[in-house]
Amino acid sequence: MTRLDKLDERPDVVPASAESLAAAMRAALADVERPNPPGPLSTSLTFGWRALLKIKHVPEQLFDVTVFPVMFTLLFTFLFGGAIAGSVGGYLQYVLPGLLVQGVIMITMYTGSTLRTDIDRGVFDRFRSLPIWRPSALVGMLLGDAVRYTISAAVTISLGLALGYRPEGGVAGVLMAVLLILVFAFSFSWLWTFFALVLRTPGAVMGVSMLVITPLTFASNIFIEPSTLPTWLQAFVEVNPVSHLVTAVRDFMGGMDASGELSITLLWCAGLVAVFGPLTMIRYRTAG
Amino acid sequence: MAELAIETHALVKRFKKTVAVDGIDLAIPRGGVHGFLGPNGAGKTTTIRMLATLTKPDSGTARVLGRDIMTEANEVRRRVSLTGQFASVDEDLTGAENLRLIGRLFGYTGARATRRADELLSAFGLSDARDKQVKKYSGGMRRRIDIAASIVVTPELLFLDEPTTGLDPRSRNEVWDIIRAMVSSGTTVLLTTQYLDEADQLADRISVIDTGRVIAEGTSSELKARVGNGALHVRVMHPADRPRASAVLARVLHVEIRNEVDPAAVSATVADPAIVTAALTALADENIELAQFSLGQPSLDEVFLALTGHTSESQTDEEAAA
Repeated sequence: MTRLDKLDERPDVVPASAESLAAAMRAALADVERPNPPGPLSTSLTFGWRALLKIKHVPEQLFDVTVFPVMFTLLFTFLFGGAIAGSVGGYLQYVLPGLLVQGVIMITMYTGSTLRTDIDRGVFDRFRSLPIWRPSALVGMLLGDAVRYTISAAVTISLGLALGYRPEGGVAGVLMAVLLILVFAFSFSWLWTFFALVLRTPGAVMGVSMLVITPLTFASNIFIEPSTLPTWLQAFVEVNPVSHLVTAVRDFMGGMDASGELSITLLWCAGLVAVFGPLTMIRYRTAG
Repeated sequence: MAELAIETHALVKRFKKTVAVDGIDLAIPRGGVHGFLGPNGAGKTTTIRMLATLTKPDSGTARVLGRDIMTEANEVRRRVSLTGQFASVDEDLTGAENLRLIGRLFGYTGARATRRADELLSAFGLSDARDKQVKKYSGGMRRRIDIAASIVVTPELLFLDEPTTGLDPRSRNEVWDIIRAMVSSGTTVLLTTQYLDEADQLADRISVIDTGRVIAEGTSSELKARVGNGALHVRVMHPADRPRASAVLARVLHVEIRNEVDPAAVSATVADPAIVTAALTALADENIELAQFSLGQPSLDEVFLALTGHTSESQTDEEAAA
């Protein structure tokens, strides 16, 4: 304090910047209050807030969630409508719930490449050095992604409604369907967080994501009735978790009983988190 | 002595076939700045990553502020903080948002985190840039926000990994002032650097690290004393005279004369500074015109050369793996 006192006695002397810096620094560091460590939910939500801030600062990342659903919905409805269902209107009624699922699943693949970029920039090393529940950085990121998925779903549904799609299940059915898709997307994304920690570049993560997503979405019941398929492919479509999700979503939106497919889908969700959650965290702990 | 800030025994870390850290023993007291000096790929960063619980050692033990880095990792994380090449802030967010984010992760309420962020931004001279995205910051501002993010909750021990690499001299001096200010308020700092003058300027004690081992340890003066009392630097007016000057000096001083990168300069380490007067006379007798003639403490560069047999500039590409 003596040096500060001297400065006070000679107010005409401009304090050297190092001096004033030292004083400001001492003041800032003098605060040794240690708040109580927050719980897992609190830190996850804080990371969710970070994801929202990133959307606010880089709104370009909403481009894919708005343009993809429009493109897919128009393309597939008009491309296959006549051939598969005989009419565009009739096909739309069948395919829209599937497109809703496909739109969101396609977008989940950005989760992996975004995480890889964050890791390369060194941001996650700081997070990993904090005394917090370790998965919260990833959980928060996935919670933030839910906003993107919701936008994608809203775009698809709005466009569907404009084209003539009518959900028999009403508002409640549609909301249940979207909620189920969000739960599935959250669970499924642990696959991408795992790949983001195993592979070295965002491009490689993207490549693997495409390799997984393409068969999962196309070899499913999104576009066609599986009964038209050869037996071996039918077998795959039937075990494909995306098919179960699509059926559940179709049932919800069509106002039918979805409980059977709902349980299978939720089991898949639990399974994905149970396997890829821990695998991700093992890699996360030792990454770098 | 009070409890040590850092204590390690035979710490080892391997990456596939390369041994990044090859049995490091440290006993670093609390308070002041301890420097890790070494070239790229020496194992400095890997050692810090282990001490900050980001990487697990393959063998050996380490206690940071009295806590075991393996069994009490979370206790270590609560007390230390790090800034460097790796632990960074989010470029997409503003300076204020980054600091608030960290404050909230430590458990501050929203309002308290905002207040703390503003306090730090002002202490680091970043108030004007509080609402700018960090990617729009200059290099010096970027380094300051990195350090500010490390002291949102005042750490007992701060790891600074090459805090001034890539900065211009003015920004480098700012960072040095920040480090000195932090030390004056009682924080212990462990600093890695490949700049010898940085270690010389800031560090109370220095561990010289090369190929994953501590090859020397002591204060800057102690290290310099290990290489001889004085460093003689001679620069001739005409580079063509250098071989002759070199021969004369070798004859008079009876030590090895090193050619510098500068084609007109040579240097030597002399044990007895008194003999240097004779060297000056001998050069004058040979009609060798001098541009510069100086005797001083050896630079840490010379220390490094003496200790390792190669200069600190020799680069390896192992740092990328580490």
